[in-house]
Amino acid sequence: MIRVTDLNIEFFDHERPETVVYDFDLTLHEGEIVGLVGESGSGKSMSALAIAGLLSRKDMKKRGEILFEGVNLLDCDRKTLRKFQGNEIGMIFQEPMTSLNPVKKIGWQVEEALRLHTDLSKEERKKRAIEMLQKVELHEPERVYEQYPHELSGGMRQRVMIAAAMICDPKILIADEPTTALDVTIQEQIVALLKRINQEKKTAILFISHDLSLVHQLCERVLVMKGGYVVENGSADEIFYHPKEEYTKKLIAAIPKVVRKTEKDS
Amino acid sequence: MNWKKIRKNKNFIAGSILTGIMLLLILAGCFYTPYNPNTMDPSAKFAGVSLKHLMGCDNFGRDIFSRVLSGSRTTLIVAAGTVLIGVVFGILIGALTGYYGGVLDEVLMRINDAVFAFPSILLALLFISLLGSGKYHVIIALGIAFVPSFARIVRSEFIRNKNMDYVKSAKLQGAGDFRIMFVHILPNTMTVLLSAIMIGFNNAVLAEAGMSFLGIGVQPPDASLGRMLSEAQSFLFSAPMYALFPGLTIILLVLGFGLLSDGLKNE
Ligand SMILES: Nc1ncnc2c1ncn2[C@@H]1O[C@H](COP(=O)(O)OP(=O)(O)OP(=O)(O)O)[C@@H](O)[C@H]1O
Ligand SMILES: [Mg+2]
Repeated sequence: MIRVTDLNIEFFDHERPETVVYDFDLTLHEGEIVGLVGESGSGKSMSALAIAGLLSRKDMKKRGEILFEGVNLLDCDRKTLRKFQGNEIGMIFQEPMTSLNPVKKIGWQVEEALRLHTDLSKEERKKRAIEMLQKVELHEPERVYEQYPHELSGGMRQRVMIAAAMICDPKILIADEPTTALDVTIQEQIVALLKRINQEKKTAILFISHDLSLVHQLCERVLVMKGGYVVENGSADEIFYHPKEEYTKKLIAAIPKVVRKTEKDS
Repeated sequence: MNWKKIRKNKNFIAGSILTGIMLLLILAGCFYTPYNPNTMDPSAKFAGVSLKHLMGCDNFGRDIFSRVLSGSRTTLIVAAGTVLIGVVFGILIGALTGYYGGVLDEVLMRINDAVFAFPSILLALLFISLLGSGKYHVIIALGIAFVPSFARIVRSEFIRNKNMDYVKSAKLQGAGDFRIMFVHILPNTMTVLLSAIMIGFNNAVLAEAGMSFLGIGVQPPDASLGRMLSEAQSFLFSAPMYALFPGLTIILLVLGFGLLSDGLKNE
């Protein structure tokens, strides 16, 4: 459904040009969940932002192709891009603290895509938004609708983000480390919620994380990135149980430590 | 901000009360002054403070209390107009330069710096010499002089906000640049902007007083606090009350807005 070929991202805003993503390839089919793992700075977010059409057009050069419904998102005009954004591609971010506008009510923010892409009346929008808040398992959706982000916990905010990203039923949802800032129990709930959305709506999900065990739980296919390169690409089981690359082995070896640490914490 | 916080914010409370009283008095002065502020009564020349003339009379026998009321009104109108021009254009320029960056930012900010390099009163002097004096020209001149400081504040707030994830989500929801700038980001600059508006108000009151004092501001028959001070200076020793009351009014106005601004900053 979306096919990325040979994506290269190069920055020009420092003295030397700097390539942060090399020859990135990805195909995402309907209803599929693909994991993208790798250490900090390996280029996961940059690739994701490029796919979402969110990289600025200045200070950087992008090569390659991102084909979505026959359109190359990398060189289409802004108007076409904006039609895809929101309607077809949604994204949630790592830091639920800053991914919601601090001065706007939750309801307003969840409705924004409806306001821009449909001509539903105010009441219909509110109805849809509250339904959506209910779907992401927020209790008392009517109350949350009237609240501001600072009144919610991190997990609740991330649910609100999912509601806002999903309200127009996009075909693709990009989740950039959506659980990194949350504690373990909430992490599991959010992952379960994403899985449910994927099953109900057939939304394709690109799940970014540096936690291989989470990725293994959720994804069928996994891409491993290091230093801007995709170093390994295969089914989740394959990569988890029979990693080919030294780097992947190291990532897997890092998991038990994380588990032990969280056990100690709780 | 919420009520609990506001109740603890002494600056904000004191500022609101002081400004509130001043504004109420000035508002009342729009409908009623004990005397016509411009009517001269030779028999009351330099009359002292009494029940009849709360603040005494000036060298023409005009009631100083009535003139302070109508003069404050002029001063406030000039200050409000100045701040309005400064804020509107400051927001436009600051939003565009901060959000887009690049060449537009370079060009506009260099112009901005050039304007900013002059003290605003000097700049206003320059405009007045081109436009001629009078209340409305003072507003335009001071307004232009005030644009750069607002533009800078708004620009830095936009730079701070534009890379935040909430802006990215707004883009992904399909919001266009102008919607992102003025609907999503602008409300986030309000606390900082409000505090700057209060300071701007103060500077405008002082600038108007300064210009009128120099005789290039508000022209007769309009009274303004600055002009009253200027007229009073020849009688500083014979009739100190004449200078004292307009001066005191300026101080109270500036103090009120200053406290409000401090209070808002602490939010
Ligand atoms: N404006 C920029 N100019 C030059 N290099 C940049 C710029 N922004 C990011 N980078 C570089 O791009 C690389 C990839 O960053 P990216 O955010 O994609 O990493 P990531 O894999 O998402 O890491 P994390 O797990 O910390 O989120 C980093 O090495 C970073 O230093
Ligand atoms: Mg990242």
